Order: sequence, then structure tokens, then C-alpha cells
Amino acid sequence: MTIALRAQLEDRRTFKLDLSVPLLLTFAALLCVLILLPISWLVMYAITEVDPATKARVLTLAQFRTLFSDPDLVEPLITTMIVALSSSVVCCLVAAPMGWLVARTDMPMTRVIRALVTASFVTPPFLGAIAWEILAAPNSGLLNKLYRSATGAEMDAYLFNIYSMPGLIFVIACYTFPYVFVLVANALDRIPGDLEDASSILGAGTWTTARRVTIPLVLPALLAGALVAFLQAMILFGSPAILALPAGFHTMTTKIWSLFQYPPKPELAAAASLPLLFLTVMLLRGQQMILGRKGYSIVGGKSGEPRLIQLGWLVVPALIFVFIVLMLPVFLPYFALLNAAFSPIATTLVTPATFTMKNFYFTFFELSTTHLALKNTFILGAAAATIGTVLALVISYATARKAIAGHRILGFLATAPLAIPGIVLGVGLFLAYTRPPFVLYGTLWVLLLAYITIELPAAYQQLQSAFRAVHPELEDASRILGATRLQALRDVTAPLLRTSVLATWCFIFVSTVRELSAAIMLFTSETKVVSVLIFDLKESGDLGAIAILGLSMLVLTFTVVIFINRIPGFGGSGLRNT
Amino acid sequence: MARKFDRRDVLKGTSALALTVAATPLTAQAPPPAAVTDELIQAARKEGKVVYYTSIDLPMAERIGKAFEAKYPGIAVRVERTGAERVFQRIGQEYASNIRAVDVVNSSDAAHMIVWKRDGLLAPYVPEDVAKHYAPEHRDPDGMFASFRAGLSTLAYNTNLVKAEEAPKSFADLLDPKWAGKIVKAHPSYSGTIMTATFQIARDLGWEYFEKLAKQRIMQVQSATDPPKKLALGERAVMADGNEYIVFQIKEAGQPIEPVYPTEGTPLVIGPNALFKAAPNPNAARLFQSFCFSLECQQLIIDVGGLRSLHPHVKEKAGRKPLNDIKLMKEDPAGVEKQGDEIKKRYTQLFKV
Repeated sequence: MTIALRAQLEDRRTFKLDLSVPLLLTFAALLCVLILLPISWLVMYAITEVDPATKARVLTLAQFRTLFSDPDLVEPLITTMIVALSSSVVCCLVAAPMGWLVARTDMPMTRVIRALVTASFVTPPFLGAIAWEILAAPNSGLLNKLYRSATGAEMDAYLFNIYSMPGLIFVIACYTFPYVFVLVANALDRIPGDLEDASSILGAGTWTTARRVTIPLVLPALLAGALVAFLQAMILFGSPAILALPAGFHTMTTKIWSLFQYPPKPELAAAASLPLLFLTVMLLRGQQMILGRKGYSIVGGKSGEPRLIQLGWLVVPALIFVFIVLMLPVFLPYFALLNAAFSPIATTLVTPATFTMKNFYFTFFELSTTHLALKNTFILGAAAATIGTVLALVISYATARKAIAGHRILGFLATAPLAIPGIVLGVGLFLAYTRPPFVLYGTLWVLLLAYITIELPAAYQQLQSAFRAVHPELEDASRILGATRLQALRDVTAPLLRTSVLATWCFIFVSTVRELSAAIMLFTSETKVVSVLIFDLKESGDLGAIAILGLSMLVLTFTVVIFINRIPGFGGSGLRNT
Repeated sequence: MARKFDRRDVLKGTSALALTVAATPLTAQAPPPAAVTDELIQAARKEGKVVYYTSIDLPMAERIGKAFEAKYPGIAVRVERTGAERVFQRIGQEYASNIRAVDVVNSSDAAHMIVWKRDGLLAPYVPEDVAKHYAPEHRDPDGMFASFRAGLSTLAYNTNLVKAEEAPKSFADLLDPKWAGKIVKAHPSYSGTIMTATFQIARDLGWEYFEKLAKQRIMQVQSATDPPKKLALGERAVMADGNEYIVFQIKEAGQPIEPVYPTEGTPLVIGPNALFKAAPNPNAARLFQSFCFSLECQQLIIDVGGLRSLHPHVKEKAGRKPLNDIKLMKEDPAGVEKQGDEIKKRYTQLFKV
């Protein structure tokens, strides 16, 4: 049967022109340029320096010697490790029980909870960090003021100091825990109820079953989540720039960025980027190894619904726990931003008497970069989402269907950017595209390249799993009936993938809008985006305008996501998977 | 003179260059004063916009833009605001990549003018007001730039948190242990005002002052406009440096803040305006430059902005200490130009960021 089918396929190819192979090769070449060019420049700069006498670049290890001996560079590296490790642990401690409560117990309102976790994912981490400044700056923070007025404590007393290492760890964890939550909750959703039933039949109680069966099954996902959280915390730029610098310490990302300030040291910045790159690659390898061992996780095919554990009276503390956790990244920060938007002073509670539209007016009618930044952000978000989705679609098709020789390399290239932290990519792209043959710096193109590169891995992984879910026999049937590969793809596979494609589009759009670390390296005055504008305003302390811009950015995001999901024929929520 | 340095790389060349331009060449020749003519306005209107890179506080900068737009309808002002040191880096980076976006620049680090002029990036243009009213020390002999604004980097305190008699009177007072953890301070790698002030303080009081101040657990912000805002929020009690004009703005809006002019002398910061030779909107740039030095605009930056002006016909606002009554530190852009990179390095070593 199979042989006959193959023969027929071969036949078809001789009669009809199949464009898929040249197309796929083009994409492969494109990917190579996209990823290899900036990384090559990065490595080149890291290991060379300009000889003052000859003006030529000569090989040197001087950068690395400085990197590992200068305490100004070693300390940020150590700080970064501490921050990343701690926030990863915090994420797991919070997200794992929450994921379990949502997926495996009869706790009510799970849909709402999942939606709110999505909301904390959509919130740009730097915006969250600024909101937390308003909440928990030691003297002016709303929470500390509340504490002082409640306890009558002295003027200098405070409960929280957000400008500190624990403060930074806390804020990073607030916006990283969704990654762990989604991984754990999805894994728990997938564990078949049969295994737990078997455990119960053999006499184990609810808690023994959880301890002996459920937890071991979900452990790989939790470890993977911990790694992702570590990675995210390590490569974050905005939060440390906002919270660590006022406290007088650097992390690796802020240090790399400061090396680009005048007088710029691109060589040292490139060299300082490499440890981050190396660590990321190592961590991803680790994640693969952990997830690769999941042979024992899911045994049967379709099996019974997971059994929900009866919480009984414990539902009250469980709900309180979840509510508190969600209050930290969502309710409190948005409250702080809304207050700052309409209050004359960001850290004073607004009253009907003090309510002001001044910030709103300033942001939209006086600030001359607002419209430009909003327009750029929208164009870039939509373009990156569209191109990124198409790119990811083609590549995941090629790898899922093994359509061309070397599809494995294609898949590797598409996931490789995962190992490139945004700020490192920013440095690489800056070095690559400020000189011939590709002078793109100063145009939106270079930002578009950055966004596509950064978002490609996640888009690719989402769509690849979607392709795996659609059995090739449907495409084969179409091709037997005379369609070319592209026609089969268009008429059969594409309609089946609609929801996933849409989810991917939204995912890229949202991620692009909230991206700061690559944009901060690549923007020029004409290509400013909202995230960079907010960072600019942050540096001059204009909190009211930040609140207005941040909230408009979220309105823009949600409008686009909802609009896309309302297009007739598409159901499903936008951001189910990260 | 200018052509000789034409091809120097702005990004990299500064420290290598000998410093000669600060001293005025004997053959200095500024172009004749330019009046605002109908032809200029028409030509500017055709361009339709002007791009203004500046380090002045954003609402003030936008206010200047709006005043210009009101006077010359049809010409939009795009304000690109960040710290002066960032403005300098941004222009350098853009020019190194052949991006010509800036028309008019205002920097609170006057040393930048020296570098841009030496690199041949500036266009000579002398607005009528400058030629008529500005003292020679406030206009470049070659007509490349003139002093748009003057400001001070003062101390200040939140009057709710600190009693007047307990407030610091001098830089030395800030080193008292009682201020540990209560001081906010801006950064010389971001702000031209702070760069200029750091140079003057280090020169007059020595680096020991900063070494001791670094041990006071200061809150480090970036822009010189931010410390007064942090005082207004009540986030810190005292600021070690920052813009006097923002202190005025906040104080006059009824917030609890009071400037202090340190007994050792207050750093004086001159912020010149210049036009770029490769400006994409050259006529609008000229018109905007003329507007900036007009009595109207100069009075605006005093009344609304709280800045100091070098136009002799402006009126100081009541309730602000007149410039003549303040003991000032000596301004020296050439000195800043020479030591800028060293100051940034040293500062970062002391304050860790």
C-alpha cells in the first residue's frame, strides 16, 4: 500500500511543478542569515580588537581576561546567578501548588484563574516593575504608606523595599511564574486518571496517590518550568534596570547595556554577552535531557478523565492562596498604574477632588513621540506576528512531515534563537546591521528581524505540535487526488490548523509589544517603540505618562487579540500555550 | 579648521584628539545675524517639521515645541528627549550609521558642542537675538552654537520630611551619617547637568567628597530631572544633585520641596543650542533656532520652566533667588570635554552603577 502510494507521488512530481522544495530551501537560507549573521559578528567582536597602529582587527583574549578579572563585571555575573536561581525557586514554590489546585482539584473558578495568569503573562515585566515601585518603594510606596498609617510606625519605617535584591527577585518571579504554571498545569491535565485510579484500587489514600503517583509524573514538567524560569530571569533587562540600578547594583543584562553607553565598548559588550549565551545553551540542553526522559509519563492512549480531588473545607485557604498570588502580579500593579494615571502625584491615592486628566492630555496631545511609538509598535507587532507565523508554519510543516532533506537542521535553526537572550541578540544585530552589506540600523526592519528571531522558537514549537496532531493521511489523500503539496497544505491542513495558527499569531504579537531588551539596543529616534518610550520616561521619572502609556499598550494588545479571535470561524482563546 | 576633523569618528575619536578648539581661533568668523524672514518661514513650512534632540525636561521641551507650532502653524516639532550624555551617544551612533535625523540639538553638557564643532557636524547660524543681545561668552565666535539656557544643580529637601533648620547647608553636610539612606542622586553617564556638576564638584572639593558620599547608601537615579520628583513623592528626604528648575516647578505647584544653595558654591550648567549641518529640515531648523533665542521663548523657559536665561531682557520670576545672589562654581566645558570619560569611569567605580 505504502509503496504504491510512494510511486504515485513520484509520478505526480514529474508532471506537476512542485514549488515546495525551492521554497523550503529559501526559508532555510533565510534562517541561516537571520541567526548566524548577528552571532558571527558577536563572536568576531568578542575575540578581536582594533590594533591602534594598523587599524586592523587582530585576535585577542583581552576582553575575556577583563571579563573574568574585573570585579565590575564579575559581580553582575554572580548577582545574575543569585537572582535567577532564587526567582526560579520562588516561581516553582508558587506555581506548582497553584497548577495542581487548578488542574487536579475541585476548586471553583479555574477558568478565571487561568485567564488571570494569562493577564500576568501579557503584562510587560518592566511595566510590572514600575508599578511595584509605586507600590513598594520604601518611603513613597503605597503599601509602605498603608503600613505606616496602620501601625503608626515612624517616618522611615518600611515593610518592603523594592530597590533591593529580594525586591528584584520578587518582581521577576511575579512575571515569570506563568511559564511554570502553564507547564505544570498542562502536564497535570494530561496525566491519565487510570493511573491514579489504579493506585486507589490498591488501597492508597488520596494523599498517598498524589505523593506516589501524581507528583512523580509531573516532576519533569516542574523541572523544565524551573529551568525556563531561571532562563527568563537571567535574560530579563527591564526589571533589573528599573529596580537594581537605583539600589546600586548591576545584573549581566544591565551591564551589557551600560557597556554600550558612551564611550561605547562594543568588544567588551560582545564578550560579556557570550557567557549568557553559553549558559542559556547549557540550560536548554538540560531541559531537553529532563524532558527527554519522560518515557514513563503517559502510558495509554485515550484514557479516563483526571480524577479531581475533593478539597472540602480546604477550598477556602486554597482560594485565598490563589487570590493572594494573583494579587501580586495583576490586581495590585494595575491598581497602582490606574491610580498613577489619574492622580497628580503617582504615590498618593487619587480622590474625586484630585482626579486629573493632565497625564492623559500630556501623553496624547503634548508628547510628540506617543503617536509615532504607538504606530511603530502596532506595525512591528502585526508584521512580526504575520511573518513569524508564516515562517514557523513552513518550517514546522517541513520538520513534522520530513518534507525536505535536512529538515532536522531547519528545526534546530528555528529553535536556536531560544538560546540567544534578547539583549545579546540586540548587540549582535547592532553589530551586523550597522555596516554594509546590510545597513538596516535606523529602520523598522532591524527591529522586525529582532522580533521575528526572538519569537520564532516559541511559534515553531507551538505549530509543530499542532502539525503533529493532524495526521498526514489527510494530506496524502489530497495529494493522491492530484493536489500539489502546497495545494494540500492550503486546502486540507491549513483549515485544520486555524486555531493554532491564530494562537501563535497572538502570542507573537503580545510578545513583540512587551519586548524591551532587544529594542533598547536597536531603536533610533524615528523607530522608537512604546516599550522604549516607557523606559525613557522612567529614566526621567515621569510616572503619570508611563501609567497612561502602559495602560494604552495593554488596551492595544487586548483589542488586537480579541479582534483576531472574533474573526468569524475562529474560536478558542489566544494564549493557551507558552 | 572644521574640515580637517570632518572624518573623525564621533563615537571613538574624542579622547585621542588634542584640545584646541575651546580656545577661540583668531580668525573666528560667524555668519551675519539672520533675521526671521518670510522666505525662511515659507521654506520651513514646506519642510513641515523640525526634529529637536534635547535633554531638557520632557514637558518643558514639548511646551517649547507647542509654542513654536502655535507661532508657525504647519511646522510640527518632534521632541526627542533623553539625558544629554545619551543624546550625545545617540547622535554619534546615528551619524556613524549615516542616519541624519537631528535638526536642532540642546545639550546640558556644553562640552558636547566642542566635540561636534571640532568634528565639523554643526552649521553656522546666528539668530538676530543672539547677535544683538547675547554676551560674547555665550555665543560661539564661529556662530556654531549659543547658550540657550542656564541652570543650576542644587541640593534640595522635602519640607515634610526635614525641618528647615536641620536641612543640609553644604555638600559637606550630606556626609553626615544621619543622611545615610535618605539621599537621592542622578547619574553623570546619563545627565549632562550631573556630568558638568560632578566635574565642578570634583575639581573644587576633590574626589574624596564622592568617595564619602558613595558610602551613604544613596538612591541612584538617572536624569537630573528625577531627584526633585523623587523628593516630591517623598521617596527620599534630600537630593545631592539635580535640576534647580524642576525644584522650582514642583515648589510652585505647591509641593513640599525647598532648594538649597550649598555654601561651597552651586554648580552652573550652561545648555547651548546648535544646528546640524546635515539637518534633514535645514530651514525649519533655522527658524526653530531663532525662535528658541527669541525673548518670547526665553521668557517661557523662565516662567513655565523655572530655568535661567542669558537673554538680558527677560524678567526673573518673583520668589526665586536671583542668579546674582548665588555663589556659583566656575563653568568649564573644555575641562569637562577633557575629563568626561574619566569622570564616568571613576563615578561608576565608586557608586557601582
